[in-house]
Amino acid sequence: MNMMNEFWLILGMMLVTFLIRYPILAVSGRVGLSPKFMQILRYVPPAVLTAIVVPAVLMPQDTLWLSYGNARLIGATAAALVGFWQKNLLLTILVGMASFLIWQWLV
Amino acid sequence: MQINPSLNVKTARAEFWGGCRAITPLVVGAIPFGIIFGSLAASSGLSFWGTLAMSAFVFAGASQFIALGLLSSGTALPLIILTTFVVNLRHLLYAVTLVPHVRHLPQAWKLPISFWLTDEAFAAAIGRYNQPDASPYKHWYYLGAALFMYINWQLCTWIGLTLGRSIPDAASWGLDFAMSVTFIGMIIPYLIDRPMIAAVCVAGLVSLLAHGLPHQLGLMLAAVCGILAGIVLEQKSTETL
Repeated sequence: MNMMNEFWLILGMMLVTFLIRYPILAVSGRVGLSPKFMQILRYVPPAVLTAIVVPAVLMPQDTLWLSYGNARLIGATAAALVGFWQKNLLLTILVGMASFLIWQWLV
Repeated sequence: MQINPSLNVKTARAEFWGGCRAITPLVVGAIPFGIIFGSLAASSGLSFWGTLAMSAFVFAGASQFIALGLLSSGTALPLIILTTFVVNLRHLLYAVTLVPHVRHLPQAWKLPISFWLTDEAFAAAIGRYNQPDASPYKHWYYLGAALFMYINWQLCTWIGLTLGRSIPDAASWGLDFAMSVTFIGMIIPYLIDRPMIAAVCVAGLVSLLAHGLPHQLGLMLAAVCGILAGIVLEQKSTETL
């Protein structure tokens, strides 16, 4: 890619990202949110994160892959089990990643 | 689970370091992801400095990754930028959630808070903001978490660009899976009541069904459906009480 295209790509990505993150905070002093709305917002993080994770784990090649051969599925299952059992984020990540890598190497 | 800082942090400095500590597991999870981003960039046609600039100025891991994929498949730049917009729209939901916590701050604070807003920094910070103590320095906690995440992302991009390229087939190891396990670890603490579990199940199901939508629109659709499912179930359970 030539340098000019690269410049426009990065500038464009930077602008759209920043213009998502900033405006609502910029005017936040004048925005009132009802407690009811705040209650709704607590669903945002888990819903968003799940929507990212589930296809990444179950559709690594854009088609559904429900089989023990899918190392991502094994790693995700291990991570979820450890997460519920130990409530330790670092351990969850390490066990999930290790299970994935070992399984991938085995099958 | 992890994002539970000690309750006795009082000074700005202590909040700052508290934020750094709280985000450490998430930083660890981002390391393989950042390295793989750096090592994949060259084969997608991005230059060395362009890759560093993207991490420094865009700073949104998932969309940077998707941009690489689109670049290597020859997608037109406006479409890549549009996809970036859709993928990062979730940050709008995060920003709205932060509104009541940061409204009193000067713009000089709101600018960096916005620029450094990521899934990880948000998760760490909202854990602190939701604690009942009235510390006036909780934004320092956010700053510590966000800054650590940012510096780590730059370093990992650079490591991927330099070392990652000398490791054959680094991309085929699937190190990007680290992001998935990190997110799984971030989701679990939320699963404490039935509406929350419903929200996650619906979001997951819709994300699979809608995966074929263009520009990653399925992500936003799945998130919105999950949120709606949670609200509906919450309404139901309050009615029956």
